[in-house]
Amino acid sequence: MAVGERDPITGIHTTGHEWDGIKELDNRVPRAVIFFLVVTTLFSVVYWILMPAWPLGSTYTRGLLGLDQRQVVEESVREANAQRATWTQEIAQLDFDEISARPELMQIVAEAGKTLFGDNCAACHGLDAAGSPGFPSLADGTWLWGGDPQTVAETLRVGINSTHPETRFAQMPAFGRDGILDAAAISAIVSYIRSNAEGIADLGPQDAEGIEEGRRLFADNCAACHGAEGRGDQAVGAPDLMDDAWLVGSDRQTLVRTVWNGRQGHMPHWEGRLGETERKMLTLYVTEILAGRENRQQ
Amino acid sequence: MSETHKKLERSAIGFVLAIVGVASIGGIVEIAPLFTIDETVEKVEDMRVYTPLELAGRNIYIREGCYACHSQMIRTLRDEVERYGPYSLAVESQYDHPMLWGSKRTGPDLARIGGKYSDEWHVAHLIDPRAVVPESKMPAYAWLARNDLRTDDLPQHLTALRRLGVPYTDEMVENAARDAFAQAFPDSEMADGVAERYGAETNIRAFDGERGRLTEMDALVAYLQVLGRLTDAAQENADIAAAGEAE
Repeated sequence: MAVGERDPITGIHTTGHEWDGIKELDNRVPRAVIFFLVVTTLFSVVYWILMPAWPLGSTYTRGLLGLDQRQVVEESVREANAQRATWTQEIAQLDFDEISARPELMQIVAEAGKTLFGDNCAACHGLDAAGSPGFPSLADGTWLWGGDPQTVAETLRVGINSTHPETRFAQMPAFGRDGILDAAAISAIVSYIRSNAEGIADLGPQDAEGIEEGRRLFADNCAACHGAEGRGDQAVGAPDLMDDAWLVGSDRQTLVRTVWNGRQGHMPHWEGRLGETERKMLTLYVTEILAGRENRQQ
Repeated sequence: MSETHKKLERSAIGFVLAIVGVASIGGIVEIAPLFTIDETVEKVEDMRVYTPLELAGRNIYIREGCYACHSQMIRTLRDEVERYGPYSLAVESQYDHPMLWGSKRTGPDLARIGGKYSDEWHVAHLIDPRAVVPESKMPAYAWLARNDLRTDDLPQHLTALRRLGVPYTDEMVENAARDAFAQAFPDSEMADGVAERYGAETNIRAFDGERGRLTEMDALVAYLQVLGRLTDAAQENADIAAAGEAE
């Protein structure tokens, strides 16, 4: 090894290795590299001291700053709640009419309600609350259980056919599958409903068959829940069959299937997942902003 | 320093030992905490195990790659806690082998999805996501409703997990295939056995809405509906924090 050999041009020592006549210079490591190595090393040492770092068997070094992710998030949630307290407290204390009479609170309901609705309700009811087959519209002014704020708030709290102990419960029997009515009877009932309901555009010759028989069968089998006139009953969550709002569909095939198999919608309960104030804001968002004021009394 | 290094570089064995020493620090930092995993995972009394049907659903979740777009881990960040619910605890994935925390969210986090939406919604959404969420870009998984669920291998799945420390009893292993059927048939005689073995909180219902047939849809929806519901520990944790705030 020719240690000490100098490169004749630069005057710097070479490493002594030679590859096909090319020799490597033994330059110093550049200052900048050393500088960053020292700085990052110091940074890590300081970080170990300040932050939670080294595992020590059953515990770990907690660091001088005493930072704990769980405490940090709890603290930031607390701070956010404190910032919102100015209006959350008012919303918690006032009743629905008082809140809806206050434009500045309704502005907050409109903003916070939109986020809450998007995170929790829009999956089923749609971002515009128009619903989809099987998932009711909240914007068309028709309600299964009632559209006043108290009723909507209660529906939000306990859900419909949910796992909440006080859940609202409704189940339409499977008239065909369980052998209560035969196919001809179901067909007659469907004819009766379709020929009397509002806004059925696709009436066919089949719908003219057995209307009177259907009326009699409807009174015997359906009126207990849907009412003698088929206008529904919000006390038991039975939909109005004579209006032009349909939960699943108003075509003949869908209605026959509905009567044959029965229906039971499910809405989860939100007590436990959302706080009372959040549910209150959602209620007002649904009844005042989505459904519109004119629909409140329906 | 440079002189010492020069010497070290010129000693083959010395240099190899130095490299091994430095490189092993990285390994130790990753491996050492696993020796104290028992102390890291909170002990909770009410932690349940997956039923065979939920486990089958979990396997479908993995098979279909759901984890590639959905995480199952609510981090300790305010926006996540406010959107999804209490942050995830280690104990909640105690029986997940492998865990499905994930780090990629094309869709939302699913750690607290259990009970948030109805079975009908999950079925409609998996068959055609855009039928219920027009702006969704999730692929459709309509075949899950058509495929019969394979149950004959469930005892082996339970046995494998038992070897990894999941407390499945002999009785659970023995009845795995039966229990998978029974959980989706609430009116059957076998259904009582499921509640007896896996706890009264177990969801027992026709998840896909179709009676008389056990499909992959039943299994996946059963799994989704139990996510975040195996223990109340995270919720209790959040309640304690909220109570502290009220004081």
